Amino acid sequence: MIAELGHFTLVLAMVVAFLQGTLPLWGAARRQAPLVELAPAAALLQFTLVTLAFLALLNAHLASDFSLAIVYQNSHSTKPLLYKFSGVWGNHEGSLVLWVWILALFGAAVALFGRNLPRPFKARVLAVQGLIGLGFLAFSLFTSNPFARLDPAPLDGLGLNPILQDPGLAFHPPMLYLGYVGFSTAYSFAMAALIEGRVDAGWARWVRPWTLAAWMALTLGIALGSWWAYYTLGWGGFWFWDPVENASFMPWLAGTALLHSAIVVEKRDTLKSWTILLAILTFSLALLGTFLVRSGVLTSVHAFATDPSRGVFVLALLGIAVGGSLALYAWRAPALQGGGAFAPVSREGALLLNNLLLATATATVLLGTLYPLLLDGLGGPKISVGPPFFNATFLPLMVPLLVALPAGSMIAWKRGDLPGVLSRLGLAAAGTVAVLLAAALLADTRSTLGLMGFAAGAWVLLGSLNELAVRAGFFQVHPARAWRRLKGLPRSAFSMSLAHMGLGVLILGITATATGQTERILAMRPGETVALAGYEVTLASVEQVQGPNYAARRGTFAVQRNGAPVTTVHSEKRFFPVESMPVTKPGIHSTLLRDLYFVLGDPNSDGAWAVRLYHNPLVFWMWGGAGLMGLAGLVSLTDRRLRVGAPVPARGSRAATA
Amino acid sequence: MSASAADRAGRRRLLFALPLLAFVGVGAFLALGLGRDPSQLPSALVGREAPDFALPPLEGRDEHGLSRADLGGGRPMLVNFWASWCVPCRVEHPILDRLARDGVTIQGVNHKDMPDKARAFLEELGDPYDLVGSDRQGRVSIDWGVYGVPETYLLDGQGRIRYRHVGPLQERDLKKLLPMLEEAR
Repeated sequence: MIAELGHFTLVLAMVVAFLQGTLPLWGAARRQAPLVELAPAAALLQFTLVTLAFLALLNAHLASDFSLAIVYQNSHSTKPLLYKFSGVWGNHEGSLVLWVWILALFGAAVALFGRNLPRPFKARVLAVQGLIGLGFLAFSLFTSNPFARLDPAPLDGLGLNPILQDPGLAFHPPMLYLGYVGFSTAYSFAMAALIEGRVDAGWARWVRPWTLAAWMALTLGIALGSWWAYYTLGWGGFWFWDPVENASFMPWLAGTALLHSAIVVEKRDTLKSWTILLAILTFSLALLGTFLVRSGVLTSVHAFATDPSRGVFVLALLGIAVGGSLALYAWRAPALQGGGAFAPVSREGALLLNNLLLATATATVLLGTLYPLLLDGLGGPKISVGPPFFNATFLPLMVPLLVALPAGSMIAWKRGDLPGVLSRLGLAAAGTVAVLLAAALLADTRSTLGLMGFAAGAWVLLGSLNELAVRAGFFQVHPARAWRRLKGLPRSAFSMSLAHMGLGVLILGITATATGQTERILAMRPGETVALAGYEVTLASVEQVQGPNYAARRGTFAVQRNGAPVTTVHSEKRFFPVESMPVTKPGIHSTLLRDLYFVLGDPNSDGAWAVRLYHNPLVFWMWGGAGLMGLAGLVSLTDRRLRVGAPVPARGSRAATA
Repeated sequence: MSASAADRAGRRRLLFALPLLAFVGVGAFLALGLGRDPSQLPSALVGREAPDFALPPLEGRDEHGLSRADLGGGRPMLVNFWASWCVPCRVEHPILDRLARDGVTIQGVNHKDMPDKARAFLEELGDPYDLVGSDRQGRVSIDWGVYGVPETYLLDGQGRIRYRHVGPLQERDLKKLLPMLEEAR
């Protein structure tokens, strides 16, 4: 009964989305205030209805109601509670409901917090959100009904893919969806601006917090996914340039470009049609990601729905959303008032360079991701495009971006003084040279790429610290006074430095892990000791253990350094009887500087065990760097400037306390 | 003067329409991609002669092994790579049995298996094979480019590989396979 109510509220939500997507547009065009006022109410109602549907689905999972097809296919009564919870979105139908719910959440947030937006503009934004919601609700209801019943109801479920039974993965999809779907607000703002034919500094100021929130969630979502891949897939890799990873990375790159170009619109009132295009493209890439994952055109660990009829539906949605918005862009954007030309050596020039490089990088990743599909479509051979392509094309694009970053973030608007900026970056430059020398001397690897990575990471990290120090005046005034000045800086200034520092830390982590990994693959008998990057690793024992819904073989590794015990690490090979699938759990010991990563394999015939031992330097820096970037987004979102908005509301500022 | 201004405006319009045009192109390919099965793996050997090999018999089944010379000979046939330890092989086995009853010649390559277990498998589920070669080391499978068991190749009367099927044969695959067998005659 609850499931049927959920189904019904989802249908109602679709009706509301239809009204939200049409009437306010009409009202805004015809200046009919009641229809304009309808938009926020409809957005809130839609959110309520989708929330009820989501709760109904959650209830079915928690109660293990196997009369529901998706519960039967993805759950089992012995599954731990957390995974009953995350199982809601661990499948195609449920993840769509989550998608729609987050979309409705953003719509409701615009309705609630967008108090400083002009009414007709807000109505148009919400109408576009409503239309997107309509498309996805229809997709959910017509091709992937989450509330489909089974009759007779089976006694127990088939279980969730054990590889997905993991806390990291429980939160990866919601985070990623917050990012993907969050960019829908940027898209809706862009569409509304195109309809009105007006883009100004105020527009940029409204669109930035939403973009920032989405970007932040996407950053963390990608990092969570990468972290999960690192500690579950069992060979210490963290990024595979898999099409589905690329699908999340492209909106991130485009969204990063959008964040930067919106600043130019806000501060200099130029680069407008480009920013609009970026907003459209960012969400389009997010939709493309959804298409790639949901349509089954690609084989991937993520592709849990491979059904061509769904593919056709998503493709139609993609065609309408992307094609429609680009057509509107082709029609309306030429009429947008362009700003004047500007000097190449200036903050806006630097941001333009950032945009050019990020957009080219996005296009590169897009090409690499779609090329196998294109070739196949042309009747060519089946190929896959892997890391060598991306290393050869993507990384060289990052070099100028990273080299220019510290200078670009310090240079003045309008007419910059590059020699002056460079002279103030002397400290960072000296530090970078020191890191480069240290890396060349200390690291085992002499790869040029590795040294370049260390230099780039250090340059970005130290450059950002240097920028902050210069801004606070540490090199001019008394340190105590500079400290006070530092504390008085606006949060947006901090967030910029923090995000760039995070990027530097991330690059250092990636470089160290990718080039400095020590690997030993061998057969070990219990009691045997081998050396690994300065540690002595002993396979202490191998025993059978029983988990809640699996049986496992657990290997215990004792780690010593120069005879002194460091830690004990367990690696398991778990077997899930319900799903009849084995899963490897690596044993990991992390510190700030390195990860020890051990994997127990299969026994040989002579009583020895195949094991893989890795020493991965600076892995934590990758997660830490991504975390810093996410934190930077949060810091910026709490900046007063964003909440007050451009046109200050006439009566009070309730928005400021929201 | 005004003509060149109109020209410029036209070019500007075109510039703004460029993203749309690019998208239409990409969209068309995505639509094409939908009709294809990403799990389908065309064999590099399709259209070529089957590789040369000679395998000993499956002990206790018969005295005759399986070699290149047994393939072709004027009649189309299937070559099925299987093993007793492979669960999908068990799934597809009834279909092979039925094909054999309908007069289709099926040659078996027993892949990395123990002879007694392989024999027990055939005793339990039926023996659809004309000849069975025992490939204990999996060498012949490598020459054929076998990706994993089960895998089935369709050969024409000249011993040329016409088609490769990866994974268990299922009811729906017969719709494709039977006409191809007919055609290969």
